[in-house]
Amino acid sequence: MEKKAVIIVGGGPAGLAAAVELYNKGIRDILILEREKHLGGILRQCIHDGFGLTRFKTTLSGPEYAQRFIDEVLEKGIPFLTDTTVLDVSEDKVVTAASRKGLIRFQAQSVILTMGCRERTRGALGIPGERPAGVFTAGVAQAYMNLYNRMPAKEVVILGSGDIGMIMARRLTLEGAHVQAVFEIQPIPSGLPRNIEQCLNDYHIPLYLSHTITEIHGGSRLTGVTVAQVDEHFQPIPGTEKDYTCDTLILSVGLLPENELSIDAGVQLDNRTRGAVVDEHFQTNVEGIFAAGNVLHVHDLVDFVSMEAEALADSAAAYVTNGPLPECPVQVIADGNIGHTIPQKISGQKDVRLSMRVKRLIKDCRVVVRQNGEEIAAKRMKKALPAEMIQILVKADKMTSTGDLEVSIEC
Amino acid sequence: MKERYDVLIIGGGMVGSAVARELSRYDLRIGVLEKNLDVCYETSGRNSAVVHGGFAYDPGTLKAKLCVEGNQMMGQLAEELDFPFLRCGKVLVGNTDEDMETLKRTLKQGETNGSVGLEIIDEDRLHELVPAVVGKFAMFSPNSGILDPFQYTIALAENAHENGADYFFDHEATGISREQDGYVISTVQGDYHTRWVVNAAGLGCGKISDMLGIKGYKIIGSKGDYIILDKRTGPLLPMPVYPVPSNTYMGIHVTNTIDGNVTIGPNADMVTDFDYYGVPQKNMDYLAKSASDLWPHIHKADYIRNYSGILPKWVDDNGVIQDFKIEIRDELAPQAVNLVGIESPGLTAAVPIARYAINLMKQREELKEKADFNPRRKGIVRFESLSTEEKARMIKENPDYGEVICRCEKVTRAEILAAIHNPLGVSTMVGIKYRTRSMMGRCQGGYCQMRVEQMIEEELGRKETEVLYARQNSQVLFGKVREED
Repeated sequence: MEKKAVIIVGGGPAGLAAAVELYNKGIRDILILEREKHLGGILRQCIHDGFGLTRFKTTLSGPEYAQRFIDEVLEKGIPFLTDTTVLDVSEDKVVTAASRKGLIRFQAQSVILTMGCRERTRGALGIPGERPAGVFTAGVAQAYMNLYNRMPAKEVVILGSGDIGMIMARRLTLEGAHVQAVFEIQPIPSGLPRNIEQCLNDYHIPLYLSHTITEIHGGSRLTGVTVAQVDEHFQPIPGTEKDYTCDTLILSVGLLPENELSIDAGVQLDNRTRGAVVDEHFQTNVEGIFAAGNVLHVHDLVDFVSMEAEALADSAAAYVTNGPLPECPVQVIADGNIGHTIPQKISGQKDVRLSMRVKRLIKDCRVVVRQNGEEIAAKRMKKALPAEMIQILVKADKMTSTGDLEVSIEC
Repeated sequence: MKERYDVLIIGGGMVGSAVARELSRYDLRIGVLEKNLDVCYETSGRNSAVVHGGFAYDPGTLKAKLCVEGNQMMGQLAEELDFPFLRCGKVLVGNTDEDMETLKRTLKQGETNGSVGLEIIDEDRLHELVPAVVGKFAMFSPNSGILDPFQYTIALAENAHENGADYFFDHEATGISREQDGYVISTVQGDYHTRWVVNAAGLGCGKISDMLGIKGYKIIGSKGDYIILDKRTGPLLPMPVYPVPSNTYMGIHVTNTIDGNVTIGPNADMVTDFDYYGVPQKNMDYLAKSASDLWPHIHKADYIRNYSGILPKWVDDNGVIQDFKIEIRDELAPQAVNLVGIESPGLTAAVPIARYAINLMKQREELKEKADFNPRRKGIVRFESLSTEEKARMIKENPDYGEVICRCEKVTRAEILAAIHNPLGVSTMVGIKYRTRSMMGRCQGGYCQMRVEQMIEEELGRKETEVLYARQNSQVLFGKVREED
């Protein structure tokens, strides 16, 4: 079996950034495995702009953002295989993949999991009603339009105020469809404020908060949906039902890290993120298997995906060069206001950037990190939104390697 | 005038297709008129997919007799027709003294019916068979099993077709009139002439029976909803778990599917609209709660889809559910085989039902066996089911096996191509899904549906506006975003 120092599963933004950074750290024996025809991952279908503001200080479209990394991969001659689907990653890091050229197997010293995420579906939400054609997740509608030149909709209702849903509201409108409304079950939008402005308000598309779809109608193509207001427990309020006639329902109701390969490899997942439990090296519980990007936790901006993958690559480079990485005995524990933190375990001996999201809108608060009762880092927030990822840097000189880190929101 | 058939079968579900397949052993011109665009869009594709043992039916009924026969022959049938079937057994779980009485009665009834191997087991044995099941004791039926209802129906239909039966989709029968030595069947696509008619219309059996002049059958629908769980749950459930049954209803059960998912359901709502398959919120909540009483692994995070199906039940004037009716009424409709109220266990019993019906024909007309009848049919080889070595060999022989189109179910281009060029000429998205499991996994086509749609366009020379999802008028797309040069 052929050996590889590092195999990267997935050539999207995380995989590409990890590959380039590994190369920069002197690792050459890399192979990126990508199931699609081209590198770039989901960015290929994200033809809107707004990517790269943090990282490149300029606004790029998805394909442009991806191309910056692809160009580096090509310039440096980093090996990659497209049209190659990884079928299995084993706990001892044997990677099996299929392509038209055959079934290939590698013994990797290190495996980097960068498979991204998938969209939550109608079935996963359990939306009641019939099952006609015309119910699409936002990403499917986006792929049909931007990759396949196919128009999936005329009269549209959107459920969920996720970013892709709002971006598709604008895209569909620009291409002649009529978007009647966006409905969000939560009392606050789940996507970024800039998308509400630029994709909904600019096109006079109403956003109804605390609303959900209670029934889908149509035996063939969708004929309409019933919408109702919900109470504070997200239960429809009787008497508030309203019917909308439409041929298309677009769902933008959340993203799920795609970890089926990780599970088979014995990687332990975090129930909150549905991604791997990782330490500050982005290493999972399986030595030599690392994860970053949306497969680890769903990000708001691709810029942070790239940066996370680069941080991972630094650790993976150290691992393949010097062997096992320092132990991470310190647990990071979040309070009830915070959905999750990444990483979940740290060494306490190195600066660490904690990523997290709040579960609800909280105004005028501080994100506080404590160890052994001492405040060791804090960040003041005028407004903490679930839509936005919060990062906070904890300096090594403030920490010890005993005692959990406790992260909390204080008002 | 179109060619005259010896036999036209109305309805291409598992019973209609079993009749077509069993009749294709004889020297007959056979046609199947199906109102939908594929063979398993109604009851045949919307059920629990359980092969029953035959203990749940009153002794002496056709349901009991044909179910036991069907159960016994399922292994051979699966081998001949290459559809997935697993004799995994099943348990009926009880807790109270009353439950124990009912189970003992059920076991005795099963033995009378000819169902073999039934036993009452204690809690320890129950937990050996199904870890984590909630219950004090159970009746264990080792010969019960599960199958893929889509592949099963498609296999019967394809084998019938290979042996000469014509399939006509989008051919709803709208009227039947008598002519010399036979019938004219009017359909939405024109008239068809035949000597014999078989009413295998499932939910439409009452309507067709009326058209034949055999009036008065009262058919009600028992609509059941189901939730499908992620494959993560499959390994936790080695066999279906049922509650203690009543005489007319098996109860909400948890069922492992042959592909490794779990389904929970069905409730039983009496309905008169046989065309509405919506799943209401309250039923989903009820299913999850009831099934959790039997098995503790039901979490909303594992939901991947829901569906419903309707069983056609023949009832008397008092609403009491009747046996299968398989008849030829010479005085009212000679040369017409009337199948009424074919509900559960119709899946298990489809081939025995067909043979029973054909025997009635044989009592009236000599049927000549064909020398070249081929009982075997080969399905599409599933890449995911192969060993690593076999996968490597398949790709070497046919590189299309190396191109994974559906990531969740690992369905390759080769399989989708085979499905698009299926022998019955079905071209819907759901038709491809039923034949390959693409779009059936946890992402529900999020990754592969565009690819499948594009392949249908390319392979069959369709415009994007001509690609249908499942039923008539179920267009997936409205055109191009930009006209191509």
